[in-house]
Amino acid sequence: MKLPIFLDNHSTTPMDPRVLDTMLPYFVEKFGNAASRNHAFGWAAEEAVEQARKQIAKLIKADPKEIVFTSGATESDNLAIKGVLEMYREKGDHIITSSTEHRAVLDTVKSLEGKGKAAVTYLPVDKFGMVNPEDVRKAITEKTILISVMLANNEIGTINPVKEIGKIAKEKGILFHCDATQGVGKIPVDVQDMGIDLMSFSAHKMYGPKGVGALYVRKKNPRVRIAAQMDGGGHERGMRSGTLPVPLIVGFGKACELCEQEMAKDTTRLIAMRDRLEASIMKALEESYLNGHPINRLPGNLNISFAYVEGESLLMGMKDIALSSGSACTSATLEPSYVLRALGVGTELAHSSIRFGLGRFNTDDEIDYTIKKVIEVVTKLREMSPLYEMAKEGVDLKSVQWAAH
Amino acid sequence: MAYSDKVVDHFNNPRNMGSFKKDEEGVGTGMVGAPECGDVMKLQIKVQNDTIVDAKFKTFGCGSAIASSSLATEWLKGKTIEEAQKIKNTDIVQELNLPPVKIHCSVLAEDAIKAALADYQKKADGALVDAK
Repeated sequence: MKLPIFLDNHSTTPMDPRVLDTMLPYFVEKFGNAASRNHAFGWAAEEAVEQARKQIAKLIKADPKEIVFTSGATESDNLAIKGVLEMYREKGDHIITSSTEHRAVLDTVKSLEGKGKAAVTYLPVDKFGMVNPEDVRKAITEKTILISVMLANNEIGTINPVKEIGKIAKEKGILFHCDATQGVGKIPVDVQDMGIDLMSFSAHKMYGPKGVGALYVRKKNPRVRIAAQMDGGGHERGMRSGTLPVPLIVGFGKACELCEQEMAKDTTRLIAMRDRLEASIMKALEESYLNGHPINRLPGNLNISFAYVEGESLLMGMKDIALSSGSACTSATLEPSYVLRALGVGTELAHSSIRFGLGRFNTDDEIDYTIKKVIEVVTKLREMSPLYEMAKEGVDLKSVQWAAH
Repeated sequence: MAYSDKVVDHFNNPRNMGSFKKDEEGVGTGMVGAPECGDVMKLQIKVQNDTIVDAKFKTFGCGSAIASSSLATEWLKGKTIEEAQKIKNTDIVQELNLPPVKIHCSVLAEDAIKAALADYQKKADGALVDAK
């Protein structure tokens, strides 16, 4: 076993070596521009891109022509939301989204809202982080043109009832965008069955390269149109100009193919490791609380709050394990995780949260090491915590008058 | 963000971690911060003949908060009450090489020192009144 251990697979994933192998010829040897229609270099590049488009479309049960390449999921979210709003402006300006979306969606709609270009409804989530489809239905007005709800949450892994939301969207004739960045490649996704009209996802979250993503744009029932957000050569059927990064796209395609082939195997392994990690930690450490949905959750996700210890100090104590925390100290904003807050997790427990993100390349040995380390560090930091001491003495921490600063 | 070697050292080998009994003679206790803010420091001093003979801390907070309070206890030991009043948060920032986002940890440590000194003073004054 090699240290440090990477258990932060929601932030990014290591590239699968098989993906790298398929990419390599497209840097030096087959370097053509996929838009060059008049020579063999261009044709080779175009063929590779189209092959990747097929692999990607197959994973999400779409038509290859419905895949628009972007630089990543953030761009896809921006293109979907701004593109729909601009194209369907005459129909209305109301967008429905949820409070636990990724910032690529939330900041996009907030920016439109701030400029007076859109009216936005932010749906609450239940204590497990799930959007209630009936809330979506109730929020719809005559002016609603877009519903944007994520497939799986990046912090707590909770999987939304996307199919039910898609059904409501269809029924009401409203477009449905889904940020599926954390879900594609990890859980089965079927844009037909789920009634999704636009879907954002990214290669580097599924063992592919960084710098490439896609926006699925439905071609029929209905045919979705979006206004391009970047002017230029009219690539990607006019929806996203810019020379295609052929090696990245080839890698993206291969990553999708591998995810499709290995999803069942990966899922079984990840759930077994994740459940063992969860059970061992929760059994050894009192007052550890699971954040997110106990069942409807991404296979590799585990998010736990350890009462009386602060998240950043936990990360510091486990510096040979790469993890992430909802603590304010780890964010730029000095506010603890808005996702955990939206679930109703108290601020102090949000400060105490740790996200474990397991992936394809983690091993049982690494999980054993992590279990041992987490128990050791939480115990040590609790010994150091005045809050733990007070709780042990029977002081109700909520009744204490804190000198807030 | 990378931590300075000194912060890492205090975090891994905290000095004077623990508690005195609050009602013990000569003990002053300062508790500052709030759980919702992500940091709470408890700092205690034990005073004999106007000199701090021992100090202890317990901290809920990030590595820099733990290091700031650990350092504070180290500095407090052996100082007179008057000298202890002069410890400034900027001294802690300098010693631990804290980045700007962690300056509030040093402020909290200074507040904890002041609170512990004030608590000791209050108890000492009270004892004096009782004696009269």
